[in-house]
Amino acid sequence: MSATGTSCRHAFSSALLEAARNDSRIYAICSDSKGSVTLGNFEIALPMQFVEAGIAEQDAVGIGAGLAKSGKRVFVCGPACFYSTRSLEQVKVDVAYAGSDVKIIGISGGVSYGALGSTHHSLHDIAVMRTFPGLSVFLPCDNYQTAAVTRLLAADPAPAYLRIGRGPVADVYGEGRAGSFEPGKAVVLHEGKDCAIIAAGEMVQPSLGAALLLEEEGIGVRLLDSWSIKPIDAESIERAARETGFVFTIEEHSVYGGLGSAVAEIVVQTYPTPVRILGFPDEWTPAGSSAELFDYYGFTARKLAARIRAELSRKGER
Amino acid sequence: MIFTAKGGHIGGSLSSVDILTSLFFHAMKYDSTDPRDPARDRFILSKGHSVEGYYCALAIAGFFPESKLEEYGTFGTMLYGHPTLKAPGVEIPSGSLGHGLAVGVGMALAAKRDGAKTRIFVLMGDGEQAEGSIWEAAMAAAHYGLDNMVAVIDNNNLQISGTVDSVMRSASLEDKYTSFGWSVREVDGHDLGELNAAFDQSPWEGGKPSLVIARTIKGRGASFMENDAAWHHKALTREELEHAIDELDRAAEEM
Repeated sequence: MSATGTSCRHAFSSALLEAARNDSRIYAICSDSKGSVTLGNFEIALPMQFVEAGIAEQDAVGIGAGLAKSGKRVFVCGPACFYSTRSLEQVKVDVAYAGSDVKIIGISGGVSYGALGSTHHSLHDIAVMRTFPGLSVFLPCDNYQTAAVTRLLAADPAPAYLRIGRGPVADVYGEGRAGSFEPGKAVVLHEGKDCAIIAAGEMVQPSLGAALLLEEEGIGVRLLDSWSIKPIDAESIERAARETGFVFTIEEHSVYGGLGSAVAEIVVQTYPTPVRILGFPDEWTPAGSSAELFDYYGFTARKLAARIRAELSRKGER
Repeated sequence: MIFTAKGGHIGGSLSSVDILTSLFFHAMKYDSTDPRDPARDRFILSKGHSVEGYYCALAIAGFFPESKLEEYGTFGTMLYGHPTLKAPGVEIPSGSLGHGLAVGVGMALAAKRDGAKTRIFVLMGDGEQAEGSIWEAAMAAAHYGLDNMVAVIDNNNLQISGTVDSVMRSASLEDKYTSFGWSVREVDGHDLGELNAAFDQSPWEGGKPSLVIARTIKGRGASFMENDAAWHHKALTREELEHAIDELDRAAEEM
């Protein structure tokens, strides 16, 4: 699948429609968000498996739980910013605590909405979602992985939170690197012994770029795609710390509570090693497109490579 | 149960006990030996704090042995201080207010789409009506024409800090739900005849969800508790317990 130029939203909605055609238990719920989720075709094709909740995220999640407790497998779909905040208590109680067969699909996650500002950003969602027992948290990085993870969710009764971005993304996977994805297993995308990068979601692509740039300079990077943030691949993370001695985490999320925290929790308790958590600092972002914000905060391949090079050279001085 | 646990939501449990009696022992169809029977009617206790009365109804209905009630609130019990799925018969955990109606909408919508004849009952508090999420669900229930859904408001006009009118005046719940597209009836929430009739005759209007506003008395049956907000959550002394049981026994004899 060479889907460069389309967004993960399309990959998700196509995979969901395909699964729902074969399984009438699969329902999709939107909160006036079928356009942004790209579920218009789903509603037309399978109207009896589609529910519009209106601009009411709490209701959408509650209705989803009720449908699930009546035998449906429910995908509640809409902006990650709202589902991880406005309806967080419904996610906690009606989905996670109740063990409901509900998948929360947070679209346009992170800073996807760019200049629309922090009301529309979700830089907190991983931190909150990963604390609920029984709720998995997944961040795929491209169309191929999004479609694959959607198929996993469509075949699994457990509650989950899936965060995907809004804009078109370049392929990381594809026919040449057709990973098979198993929850709790990170994917090694690049091998190296000087440091490890552990990334997820849209940060995987620039991290791969940084690893390739550093390789040209003779700095070996092991890159782990930690798309499954919960369950997390503690074994691969510990091994990366042990075998490289220096760990960078890169995420489109606050530096508090996200992938970096999850990795640090493992590293300090297994093989204490320096960890640098690269993410969004504790401030409200300036206006700008997501690409401009990534550049401003240093999340381009070139800037990441420079940051890693500098950190590793300081390590050498000690 | 509340005496041995040294605390519980006794006022609200007593105000809703007649509603639960009508639902579990008259109106609802279910098989307590098969709690997941897809054809069952569903009950959601949205006012999850009134759990003691709910557990009693489930036990008497046969979902679990009545002897289990003695474990209420003790370490490791399935009978938490708010309903959880560990207790057989409970459909959805509750305790945080304002959740139950939306979950009920999901269940009622599933039944409609599946062509199932099941009915969905949701019991809410009147203080709970201040939760905005209820009104999202009230809109959706009417929008989808869920006439297989019956919501009940335990209208005892008391919440933890005082009267509902003094804490957050709700104005006319009848007018509000009617304008949202519901079919509304008021009944005496301690009159089993009125409750049974309302549930038997629902839906009163095809294509509309039903709301029963049940006028009740918090702490019903124990004169020293009735209409006193202090009994929202409280432990009884042994004297108070004996006094309440005496009064309830006498009332039962008179019936």
